[in-house]
Amino acid sequence: MTDTLRPSDSRSRGRTALSRAAETFAKGFITATGWLAIVVLAAIAAFLVWNSLRALGEAGLGRIVTGTDWYPTSSPGKFGAAPLIVGSLIVTLVALVVAVPVGLAAAVYLSEFAGRRLKEVSKAVIEFMAAIPSVVYGLVGVALVVPAVKRAFALDSGLTALSGGIVLGVMALPTIVSISEDALHAVPSSLRHASLALGNTRWQTTYKVTVPAASSGIFAAVMLGVGRAIGETMAVLMLTGNAAVMPRSLLESVRTMTGTIAAEMGEVVQGGTHYSVLFVVGLVLFAATFSINLAADLVLEKQRKRWGV
Amino acid sequence: MRLTRVKRARAAEAVARAILGASALLVVAAAAFLVLYIAKKGLPGLSWEFLTEVPKNRGREGGIYPALVGTLYVVACTGLFAVPLGVLGGVYLSEYAPKKRSTRIIRLAVANMAGVPSIVYGLFGLAAFVLAAGFGRSIIAASLTLTCMTLPVIVTATEEALRQVPADLRHAALALGASKIRTVLSVVLPAAAPGIVTGVVLGLARAAGETAPILFTGAVFQMRRLPDGLGSQFMALPYHIYTQVTSVPNWNRDLVWGTALVLVASVSAASAAAAIWRSARRRRISW
Amino acid sequence: MVTSVRSALTTAVPTLRETAEAAENVLEETIVRGRGAFDLQSVSVAYGSETVIADVTMGIPSQAVTALIGPSGCGKSTLLRCLNRMNDEIGNVRVSGTIALDGVDIMARGVDPVELRMRVGQVFQRPNPFPMSIYDNVAYGPRTQGIRHRDELDAIVEDALKRAALWDEVKGSLKKHAFDLSGGQQQRLCIARALATKPEVLLMDEPASALDPISTQQIEDTIAELKRSVTIVIVTHNMQQAARVSDQTAFMLRERLDEPAHLIEVGETRKMFTNPDDPRTEAYITGRFG
Repeated sequence: MTDTLRPSDSRSRGRTALSRAAETFAKGFITATGWLAIVVLAAIAAFLVWNSLRALGEAGLGRIVTGTDWYPTSSPGKFGAAPLIVGSLIVTLVALVVAVPVGLAAAVYLSEFAGRRLKEVSKAVIEFMAAIPSVVYGLVGVALVVPAVKRAFALDSGLTALSGGIVLGVMALPTIVSISEDALHAVPSSLRHASLALGNTRWQTTYKVTVPAASSGIFAAVMLGVGRAIGETMAVLMLTGNAAVMPRSLLESVRTMTGTIAAEMGEVVQGGTHYSVLFVVGLVLFAATFSINLAADLVLEKQRKRWGV
Repeated sequence: MRLTRVKRARAAEAVARAILGASALLVVAAAAFLVLYIAKKGLPGLSWEFLTEVPKNRGREGGIYPALVGTLYVVACTGLFAVPLGVLGGVYLSEYAPKKRSTRIIRLAVANMAGVPSIVYGLFGLAAFVLAAGFGRSIIAASLTLTCMTLPVIVTATEEALRQVPADLRHAALALGASKIRTVLSVVLPAAAPGIVTGVVLGLARAAGETAPILFTGAVFQMRRLPDGLGSQFMALPYHIYTQVTSVPNWNRDLVWGTALVLVASVSAASAAAAIWRSARRRRISW
Repeated sequence: MVTSVRSALTTAVPTLRETAEAAENVLEETIVRGRGAFDLQSVSVAYGSETVIADVTMGIPSQAVTALIGPSGCGKSTLLRCLNRMNDEIGNVRVSGTIALDGVDIMARGVDPVELRMRVGQVFQRPNPFPMSIYDNVAYGPRTQGIRHRDELDAIVEDALKRAALWDEVKGSLKKHAFDLSGGQQQRLCIARALATKPEVLLMDEPASALDPISTQQIEDTIAELKRSVTIVIVTHNMQQAARVSDQTAFMLRERLDEPAHLIEVGETRKMFTNPDDPRTEAYITGRFG
């Protein structure tokens, strides 16, 4: 029926049924890959839950999350993951204290005061910092931060929550700087000009107008930094000493959730309770980072809509 | 009265600027220090033998050849899966996805995938690829795990690069009687290539440096021979650094730092090459 | 400045004419005369729920130039895009009424817009060459139609570039990147690219609005030559241009913002510009608004 459109001279060739079928197939395939992200995310959740079932049945989520004794290899094994959760939180907190003030200040400077040249250089530098593998950060931490902490506080061992947190802070810097700089950058310059025209200095404009306007994006940047810090594995594994006890100070060894999985998964019986408990820890980690990232994404999306980008 | 207020504001500005500037400088200085420190510690360990020999005495002597090759194998294999899937995923989001709720959810899922901790990918890879799919600890299981991790980077970079291609170019191809798929493949994707390649390189560089996802999916402490296929286990540079530091007493500082230098240098060289290529292409294609 | 422009024109025009004539000889045998006429019956266009064009009824004769004129926002470009169904690609656009190309309704269900566009080419407002070589740009359409033979492609590319009056400037450098051409050359390349699919109709959406006067002159000369073989529909803001190049002129106007645009008057260009029937046409043409 489409032949009616085809002119009598054969130069404009019509499309064959084959090419139309190929297009339909290609479109279907592309759509499938588009949905792959959701499939993978759902599969991650499903596999974590499935492998957690045994431990959840035997010990129960409540007892795992609140229990304070982590002796997985004793018999019967004790699977109280509270020290691990607290360990993750402490290390993350230290990282935030290190990274947030410096990171935000650097972002404000780069966005509001720095010239083009410095901006470009710092962008490359930040990309470079983000590209360094975490195991290398761990190595640098072992060589520099651990001995420094040991000397400064006269400890027997420098493998502490503090050491891990400091290095994690440095690792979280690129995320915090680049995302909060983007947020500041997205504030329309007309707002800044309005404030400057009222006789405010640039600094007054920055803290009275620009930073408040970008506050949601800056919040998202910090959240994403938290997500990265909680999920980081290798550096903390190499730096925190990994003692699975409830920490009482920053200068003690701690073991994080990520470190526990990494250190113990290699030695467990597949399918056993210990194996399953490590999946529960993974599930907690996944749920935590998932909510943090989702919150940050929603905030960022709201901000994008606000400035109509 | 008024003048002093202005003066005070000026002084506050000067102080704020100094503090903020110092912070920015601190970040840049930290990065510069990292480069120099890694280079200084790593250079003594580098030699031709280091790159071409197998490790001896549990890694305290010899080289990193199997780890180098293992990482290359795994990254190549990851690219084989992640590049087509990621690029097509980006094509879907930019060219085909309807402006609907479902598309928003896909975007959120992509952003969220990027935030899943690497150790969780490791768990997933163990459960899904090593055990459920029956690949065992192998290059293929590790590559599939790293593919999941790299996917969001490539999808996002592709989508952004495609968005920057002007609509006019698509319309020109469609108006010539090109089908949508031909328009995308022959005009839009090539025009967006610089951005896509940068994203791919960035994603694969990250995959090369990851340790946690390969811990339980195929990396091994030591191998005297090279991997002989997709089902083989492998040595990898980042895992080598980790095992040396944590399980070899009196590890050889020079060799481990040399490994770190090789890893960092190749990762940043790849990123830098992609960035330079992109800016060279951008100068030509300007819209 | 003025003299240099003039001397450039006097040297450029004769060569253009020669190449166009040479191209014409090739064409005489291949182009089927009397094809590519449109017939529009009460065509209306709506974006979502808002009707932007209402009830346009007009004919577009084959192998002639029809100009669509009117103030900005009156729907000229939208109407133009109805003719190759490019509105399909924009989304949320509904077209009603009938548009017939040589007696066949192009909006009928069985019509593949992709096939339609092989017959109805388009040149856009700003030059939009693909980021590839000059040759590959022109060969894009034929390759889309499945022509792979090198000799055949070479002949089509040469023919199209000659008809677009670009051949003499680029024949030695077909492998050069299209972005290395000047703006005017790029636009003629886009015309050549559209001609290479051998369309019966060529839609031009303000093709010279982004160009300098010399390039505009060259495009207008090209149009004058092309209409011997192709039906041309051109949207233009420039009244003088409409008067110079077109045989038929249609004037569209949106009188109030909450109303759709209407076709006020359509007729022979000479009559429209000297003695229009509608006072609104006269007012627009004499520059009282728009």
